[in-house]
Amino acid sequence: MNSAYAHHNLSDRTRISRPQIVSLIGPAVAAAGVVWALVQPYRVTLLHPRGQGFWWLLAEPPLLVVLVGVVFSLVVARPLLADLEGAG
Amino acid sequence: MTPRAEFVHWFFAAGILFVGLCLLAEAVAGREVWERRPWRRYLWPGTAFAMGVLLWPVMAFYTNSAIHMYAHGSWAEALMLAGGAELGLVHGRLRSPYWRLAWPLAFLVTGIAFLVHEQNPWFFARSAFLHHTLGWTFVVAATVPLALVWRPRSTALRASFALVVVLVSVQLFADRDVAPVFGHLSPLAGLPHR
Repeated sequence: MNSAYAHHNLSDRTRISRPQIVSLIGPAVAAAGVVWALVQPYRVTLLHPRGQGFWWLLAEPPLLVVLVGVVFSLVVARPLLADLEGAG
Repeated sequence: MTPRAEFVHWFFAAGILFVGLCLLAEAVAGREVWERRPWRRYLWPGTAFAMGVLLWPVMAFYTNSAIHMYAHGSWAEALMLAGGAELGLVHGRLRSPYWRLAWPLAFLVTGIAFLVHEQNPWFFARSAFLHHTLGWTFVVAATVPLALVWRPRSTALRASFALVVVLVSVQLFADRDVAPVFGHLSPLAGLPHR
């Protein structure tokens, strides 16, 4: 086998393209928030809301991380991907 | 009715995380593609400027000491200056690339304010530990936006800048008003809560 060809073929398979990275950022952040909620469920006050005040119910750090990931995916990543594909 | 300090830290952490993700996407996609839609040019500088504005009520409502007031006030000014300079640059009103020196300046001011206004040692409580780590993160990482003034097209520097911002948000999300850090909590810090 031609070693130059094999090297080229391998790099093509392993290299992650720019659209792939952009499309992965939001879901990765949202997944990190879900993992955080599973590891520390007591940080999600909505799971046990009885007797909690307004701010305790509003400020849910793991859910804020998920929210940022989702908003980024929908508002930023989606139109950016369209532009990247148009440019490519 | 005023939210606890940790709630405010988490809300700001969410905003900072959003800015970090935008910076990362811009670094990956490249500035030409990022600026293809006009609204996107203003997205992260505008968010940074808005967070600077929102730091003023934080300064007003969380004045438990003069040094806290000075710290929050200096962050508000530094963030508004850096965000405003970036807005002026992307809009074309400002032309000199040296306006980007506002970012390393903001990082230095923020870092020094974090270090100076934390009166307790590292392992007093988690909030003290995070004030120290945040302060040193900002002071050391000020070299990244400083290098970007002379190498604005460097993908590695832009990605590093984004990752520093994401790291700051992670530290803010980890903040608690009274909680142990690596098993250490001073009895003077108060009773930990959930």
